[in-house]
Amino acid sequence: MTADSRAVGATEELDLPEMGQWALVWRRFSRHRLAYLGLIVLVFFVVLSFGAPWLAPYPYDKINMNDNYSLPSAKYFLGTDELGRDIFSRLLYAGRISISVALVSTLLSSLVGIIVGAAAAYWRGVTDMILMRLTDVMLSMPTLPLLLVFSKMLREYPTLKDTFGDYLSVFVLVTILTLFGWMYPARLVYSSVLSLRETEFTEAARALGSSGWRILFSHLIPNSMAPVIVISTLGFGQRVVLEATLSFLGLGVNPPVPSWGNMLSQAYAYMLRNPWLAVYPGLFIFFTVLAINFLGDALRDALDPRLKV
Amino acid sequence: MVSRKQALLEVKGLKTHFFTEDGIVPAVDGVDFSVAAGETLGIVGESGCGKSVTALSVMRLIASPGRVVAGSILFEGRDLAQSSQEEMCDLRGNRMAMIFQEPMTSLNPVYTVGEQIREAVQTHDRQISDGAARVRAVEMLRMVGIPLPEERYRAFPHEMSGGMRQRVMIAMALSLAPALLIADEPTTALDVTIQAQILELMKDLRERVQTAVMLITHDLGVVADMADKVAVMYAGEIVENADVYSLFREPLHPYTQGLLASIPTLASTRNQRLNVIHGTVPNLLRLPPGCRFAPRCPKAMDICRQVRPTLRDVDGGRQVSCWLY
Repeated sequence: MTADSRAVGATEELDLPEMGQWALVWRRFSRHRLAYLGLIVLVFFVVLSFGAPWLAPYPYDKINMNDNYSLPSAKYFLGTDELGRDIFSRLLYAGRISISVALVSTLLSSLVGIIVGAAAAYWRGVTDMILMRLTDVMLSMPTLPLLLVFSKMLREYPTLKDTFGDYLSVFVLVTILTLFGWMYPARLVYSSVLSLRETEFTEAARALGSSGWRILFSHLIPNSMAPVIVISTLGFGQRVVLEATLSFLGLGVNPPVPSWGNMLSQAYAYMLRNPWLAVYPGLFIFFTVLAINFLGDALRDALDPRLKV
Repeated sequence: MVSRKQALLEVKGLKTHFFTEDGIVPAVDGVDFSVAAGETLGIVGESGCGKSVTALSVMRLIASPGRVVAGSILFEGRDLAQSSQEEMCDLRGNRMAMIFQEPMTSLNPVYTVGEQIREAVQTHDRQISDGAARVRAVEMLRMVGIPLPEERYRAFPHEMSGGMRQRVMIAMALSLAPALLIADEPTTALDVTIQAQILELMKDLRERVQTAVMLITHDLGVVADMADKVAVMYAGEIVENADVYSLFREPLHPYTQGLLASIPTLASTRNQRLNVIHGTVPNLLRLPPGCRFAPRCPKAMDICRQVRPTLRDVDGGRQVSCWLY
């Protein structure tokens, strides 16, 4: 009876630790001033972009030839482009695409990388051989030409064309960014799992009857996450830039869907007439990437329970 | 008196060899022993004599290039040497558990200690709810004498001292009340006062949970304190099997005699040299043809250098592997 009531009391008390853990993460995170700033900037851009349908004063494809090349005014917050479309509205919609492309492809390549790297390191032997040689092969390919070829190829594929319509180029971009991005997290995870699998706590887990899968997923992978978090945040930044590069070459996101990259590439043609067209998307890219890079380090510190409070 | 009890674990002719590039290393080469429920078997010997490999063989945790090549490991009536890894996963942690030498690194650094105990509980008892498993974890922490167990539940390993971590390891190993606990040098990495506390705790728990213990150590003091019977290992073999009283009163094997003689006593004077066993452990790749201890043995005879002795029963229910008896 008394034992029971004590036990119940204990459970109630023990509902707290998860909360406490996240509070701790937050405390460690907010210690990094720059990262804090980065987070604010990032949240600001994300809210602006994903709130585009409600926040943007005009649709992104509303053409008004009478007002083209307007300077910033009360009517057009940041002016208009060569077709009289509101730049501010377009930037918001473009951000939605650019951020989603980078985010989704980063998450996918981290996921693939973690699975490939961890599986290779944990099972060794043939699995290791096949997966890591594949990784090496992928790493030795000249990325940019292949990106161009793949994006061209996928784009011509009729079924995909029918499924995705205007957004085909977005799908293609996510696919190729994932295809050429998973090797970096894979190698990182591979090397850390390789050493982690020999640690005493892995042996202890085995001695307690944990199965191979359980050891892999609940002991080895969580312990190798810190570097993956960092490389993924950096990778997110790179992908925003890469999206811009590819779009600039006409192989990224295609009009009429706006992205920061293709806004830049269109601005190129009107550079002399209105340089601001290039400056705005450029600045958006710049601040987003900077913000996320600041974030990476702090995120690792915050999520790693081994670091002191 | 000891042998009359029914054996929980009975190891017969166990051989674990490592297939290295330089040749086959017979780390454990034909070992026999048994442990009954509630009994403590001490396995002593110097570094590299095969104590830990014996323990890992019983758990079937020997990794490549090692392999159990011969012998049977009868545990609760089934032969572990023939069991599949799935069956072993089911037994490990559940019926048999192990605590390791290194408390500092045997806990996963990214989870709180409480969660790790909870996981150990839930690995084998899939029906148990999260809440109930947590309560169980806290009870285990309390049982091993960790103050404020509710708060310590959410402590990370790095926030704890070595002694505390070893307690957590013990709590984890005992959370499912295993029939057999293998303790591989559980106190070696701890300082003496903590060592005494941990041993005291293990004794106490052994009495309460009725767990059989296989205690592996090179510390004869620990053996004298804890064990009911002792197996002395040398170069992959058991050279002497005896109950703890007979062993310390009258060691039979020259190696055991040497071990006991090398313990400094309070009576020994300063400047007096410690008794040592001269020579070193033989290279397991190039073992002498006869008795493995012969090259270092002060009582070695001709036969010792030529023919390998086997473990034979002698008076008082003891076994010794030596041509002298």
